[in-house]
Amino acid sequence: MPYDPEGAVLVTGIAGRLGRLVASRLHREVQVVGLDRRPFPGRPKDVKHYQIDIRRKKVEELFERERIRAVVHMAIVHDPRLDAEEHHSVNVIGTRRVLDLVLKHGVRKVVVLSSATVYGPRADNTQFITEDTPLLGAERHGDLRDLVQVDLYANTFLWKQPEVETVVLRPVHIVGDVGSPASNYLRLPRFPVVMGFDPMIQVIHAEDVVAAMMASLRPGVRGVFNVVGPDGIPLSRLLREIGRPLVPIPGPLLTAGLFCMVDGERFARDVGFRPRLSLRDVIAVYRDAAAQPARARR
Amino acid sequence: MRGFEEAVARVGRLPRDNLNEYGFDPFGFSPDFVARIAPLAHVVYRRYFRAAAYGIEKVPTGRVILVANHSGQIPIDGMIIACAMMLDAEPPRMVRSMVEKFVPALPFVSYFMSRTGQVVGTPDNCVRLLERDETILAFPEGVAGISKTFSKRYQLQEFGHGFMRLALQTRSPIVPVAVIGGEEQAPSLYNSRAIARLFAAPSFPITPTLLPLPVKYRLYFGEPMRFKGDAEAEDRQIEPKVRSVRSTLQALVHRGLRERRHVFW
Repeated sequence: MPYDPEGAVLVTGIAGRLGRLVASRLHREVQVVGLDRRPFPGRPKDVKHYQIDIRRKKVEELFERERIRAVVHMAIVHDPRLDAEEHHSVNVIGTRRVLDLVLKHGVRKVVVLSSATVYGPRADNTQFITEDTPLLGAERHGDLRDLVQVDLYANTFLWKQPEVETVVLRPVHIVGDVGSPASNYLRLPRFPVVMGFDPMIQVIHAEDVVAAMMASLRPGVRGVFNVVGPDGIPLSRLLREIGRPLVPIPGPLLTAGLFCMVDGERFARDVGFRPRLSLRDVIAVYRDAAAQPARARR
Repeated sequence: MRGFEEAVARVGRLPRDNLNEYGFDPFGFSPDFVARIAPLAHVVYRRYFRAAAYGIEKVPTGRVILVANHSGQIPIDGMIIACAMMLDAEPPRMVRSMVEKFVPALPFVSYFMSRTGQVVGTPDNCVRLLERDETILAFPEGVAGISKTFSKRYQLQEFGHGFMRLALQTRSPIVPVAVIGGEEQAPSLYNSRAIARLFAAPSFPITPTLLPLPVKYRLYFGEPMRFKGDAEAEDRQIEPKVRSVRSTLQALVHRGLRERRHVFW
């Protein structure tokens, strides 16, 4: 099917909470098609949902049937607790499959949701990591390996395929009404922390991540971008503002208690992105979240 | 007690316009945290080391790089300079110095350093701080300075070029600071490289003292030095500028030594 500027936007991983948020914002402006192996409860009527595993051959039928002009690829598992092999195949094989289809069907825009953890939490990191920094996340943290691989694959695609506007977003810890590891942590009734460490943490509200994706879909936007929310804050202060008890736990020396912080200047300068939600907004989300455990994801 | 209150009050006068709504700067520095340890800084600076700062009014407002001689086996000299800028400079300023790259991996030390404004010494961090008009402290001798033995006291070791490239890149003035007293706080008789290697430490001084001796610290601030040129230039073009700072600092050190009547008072 030839490229159609009026075509639909495909959102992979649409049934996750962030995916649903993206869909609810996006479907008011454009035709949205969803792809997820999970059902999509509460789906807006004008959103077409394909309940297929991203690794299946049938995904190609979707591209043949729908006129896709852009893909928002967020079918990437960020939770390291899942089965490693499953993890790897969804992330790496899934991403490869999607990018192959993008190329084959002449899609002109693809937005890949990576994450700022790909730089790796290292003691010798500079305070604010920029986009050109090598991705050393997998060096010591094996569970980050496939996320790094996905990011690098999308990067290669970006440079090899000039006719596709590829955008790789590396947001900091996503919080708000989502099931990200950071968000699940902030919902705990008490917070385990590594004794003797109090790293600076950067968070971004899911609403702002959605805004970042919308901005990335604009014609002409292309490249790799860190996406940051409000200024960083020491973890302990964030937790204390949320107001539940901290439980210090002795951790292994030298690797524990480190985060990486990134510089969001490029996205701000080149795309004009400014986060709307402040630390206070983020804290308010979790103040009232004590009693509710993290909702099941699938 | 008045000294304590004064120290806390001076921390309270630090600018707050570059902090977020919770009182932290993007690097994790917190004046409120510093205020809590200000009484301790007062005791160490005024009582234990009875430090005196000469010419501190020469430090210009805005971004600046303080360049000092390094001595004493443990970096008390950095702390003394920081105390001087906080307790004796007008208006009070927080010195941002650079720590080794392993520091963020150390429990307790890591966040103490971060809250008191000390950052990992990457060039990018220095540039960002100077662009925020902060006061940076550099010891261009590095480990070679701090870990030298007593026989080499007050002899400046080779200078690195990083501070000069930073000054050129960010158009920051350099103020040389001679630290007198540090060499006698923990005289090192021998630096055991073998043991240092064993612990992967930069040095392992053999010194007869456990705690630093209560020497009197004297700081001599020189005139601001301003340099122009390409920060990316070849080493041989940077070298003469570095040498001029080094010789100015060495002269300042010699002056301090001449004026000193006694190590302890």
